[in-house]
Amino acid sequence: MASAVGVIFSNIHDEKIPELSRHRTMASIPFGGRYRLIDFPLSNMVNSGITTVGLVTKYNYQSLIDHLGSGKDWDLARKDGGIILLPPYSDETDAPYTNRLEALKGITGFLNRRKEDYVVITDCDGVARIDIADIIRYHAEKQADITMVYHEEEDISSNYFITIQPDESGRVKDLQINPSGNGKVNLYINVMVISREYLLNIIKTAIAHGLSSFGRDILAKNVNTMKIYGYKFDGYYAGVKSLKSYFKHNMELLDKDVRDELFGARDIYTKVRDSAPSKYIEGAQVKNSLVSDGCIIEGVVENSILFRGVKVGKGSVVKNCVVMQDTVIGSNVELNCVITDKNVVIRDRRHLAGCEILPYFISKGRMI
Amino acid sequence: MQRKKECVAMLLAGGQGSRLYALTNNIAKPAVAFGAKYRIIDFPLSNCINSGIDTVGVLTQYQPLELNEYIGNGQPWDLDRAFGGVHILSPYQAKKKSSWYEGTANAIYQNMHFMKMYNPEYVLILSGDHIYKMDYAQMLDAHKRTGADCTIAAIEVPMKEASRFGILNTNADGSIYQFEEKPKQPKSNLASMGIYIFTASKLFKYLEEDEANPASSKDFGKDVLPAMLNAGEKMYSYLFRGYWKDVGTISSLWESNMDLLGENPAFDVGDPSWKIHSRNPLAPPGYIGESAIVGNSMIALGCEIEGTVQNSVLASNVVVEEGAKVIDSVIMAGSVIKKGATVSYSILDENVVVEEGATVGANKGKSADIAVLGRDITIAAGVQVDGGKILDKDYKGE
Repeated sequence: MASAVGVIFSNIHDEKIPELSRHRTMASIPFGGRYRLIDFPLSNMVNSGITTVGLVTKYNYQSLIDHLGSGKDWDLARKDGGIILLPPYSDETDAPYTNRLEALKGITGFLNRRKEDYVVITDCDGVARIDIADIIRYHAEKQADITMVYHEEEDISSNYFITIQPDESGRVKDLQINPSGNGKVNLYINVMVISREYLLNIIKTAIAHGLSSFGRDILAKNVNTMKIYGYKFDGYYAGVKSLKSYFKHNMELLDKDVRDELFGARDIYTKVRDSAPSKYIEGAQVKNSLVSDGCIIEGVVENSILFRGVKVGKGSVVKNCVVMQDTVIGSNVELNCVITDKNVVIRDRRHLAGCEILPYFISKGRMI
Repeated sequence: MQRKKECVAMLLAGGQGSRLYALTNNIAKPAVAFGAKYRIIDFPLSNCINSGIDTVGVLTQYQPLELNEYIGNGQPWDLDRAFGGVHILSPYQAKKKSSWYEGTANAIYQNMHFMKMYNPEYVLILSGDHIYKMDYAQMLDAHKRTGADCTIAAIEVPMKEASRFGILNTNADGSIYQFEEKPKQPKSNLASMGIYIFTASKLFKYLEEDEANPASSKDFGKDVLPAMLNAGEKMYSYLFRGYWKDVGTISSLWESNMDLLGENPAFDVGDPSWKIHSRNPLAPPGYIGESAIVGNSMIALGCEIEGTVQNSVLASNVVVEEGAKVIDSVIMAGSVIKKGATVSYSILDENVVVEEGATVGANKGKSADIAVLGRDITIAAGVQVDGGKILDKDYKGE
């Protein structure tokens, strides 16, 4: 297999889910009981043999740095490569980047120093287990300039998205940004393979012409001249577009098929926290729920996702909730369709409820 | 200036653990799984790092492969260090001779060069057989305060059990005037925990003398410590109050696992002020299903539970299918209890498969013993494995 370097955008899409990205990057949003969104693209890369990943950050990335550490939990603490943090670079004339193109310009130094043939660019808005090695093979076989990965979706509602229309050969001849009245579409899932030299060229040309949007000014405009190919991803894909979709996709993990696909191979890596195994005290009633480690459960938990270190007190009933790390739920509390961010404390006898389309969100560290 | 470490720990992990039967067929006792995600050796290693001791020699001999693999570079315990860290010390071949470790003292003697590399003031000797949380730094402080040449950690045991232990007879100030190995009529109930701090120069001196003595069995308890006491060296006991359990037998291993359960457990592995570090499995959160009933249990990551789990400790990636029951049992990683099967009062090693409808173990309290299933074996559908049975091969019934 030809060699590739990874580039992950950690902040792009932050605005989709402001509740959770207020104190963190999109990349470090907790997901699925013990993961952060970045764990999925990062694990996909590692599992495809990529050993160098540049991480493009912009702001609020303390939580991301804390999560990644030296990269050892992803086997990415390397002498050559590993995880390389790429914070905004600006000199006197440039302000920090405001779009993807400028961000890419800021990392040309990194891209120039690498020797890999290809660059795999992904964002952190999707949860999927994708064989990136296969995409690179496809890209090389098609001798494509760019390979865009797509997934069939219906009725997209998002403030920015790209759909593509590949022909029988896979060549993309039509690419639309935010098409309206969409039914079933081929949604570009923000995973792209591009030849490194080609990417460097694009960046140089685009900057020289004062272009600002990678999607609009580069992809959409040159769809007929560039060799863009579409790679269809058929597996489970959870695009995190809003708090509502975040909630929905967390709940999908209660489906065995989804769990088996994402986690069956046991190769999604995350930060190790050395929590004790979870304890179920006499009187606990847990049904259809995911429970991470370090939890102590004395109450009723149904259809919920419990992150690490969550405590559910006696007589409490937690249903249809996403309860993040170290949330403490007192006794005789009732929660339904609630998302608690990290370190939330719910005091005894509180009753809180949202609904499926509008889960009740409690922000980080709040005491209720 | 020569670089040095004030205190180096030497962990005796060569024990075969023959009283754990099928559980130690292929692995050393310190590598035996405990408490849903740990192995016995996690406790002394975590105690070391939590006590500020970052240089640990682990002496292995019996079936070391899995233990070596588990310890690796020591990163899970933060013991991957440029100077110090954890080192596996296996018996080796020297120019003049090569030899297996002959006794605990000989094992340490053979690794004198390792200790001397760090030019330590003190050496802490540990064993890899016990479950406990202990701050060795406090013991070291006591050792310095008394000006002892050797300090022995001791725990008070019930007087009627004292004759099973090495007993320390001490003066009011804690200084030791006599050792008695398993005395018939114990004078005290202060049992040695097999944890020693030596002033390094004294340790080296007595190890060399012991090695030169052909009559010695090269054991700390039997030879080195009595020799020091006879020579009038200052030896003190250090009283440890807390949970300490030798998990060298099937029943003590089972009991110690059960001690983790409940709201106020006898032994708490979840104490944030004294984290027990371990090599973590790569697994998603555990899934507790629609038909599951889980009570008073500990369940690790990656489990899929559709059946009943009561008073049990389940390690990572254990599957309990619908209608299956796991009662009063310890199930190690990757084991599968299929539909309608029952496991009670048993210890199952890793990757055991109990096929549909099989019954393993007897009800606890029916004067039966614990059933033990060794790793990677399959119990055929519908068969019965009696309480107290120890199996290390596939079982299809009598």
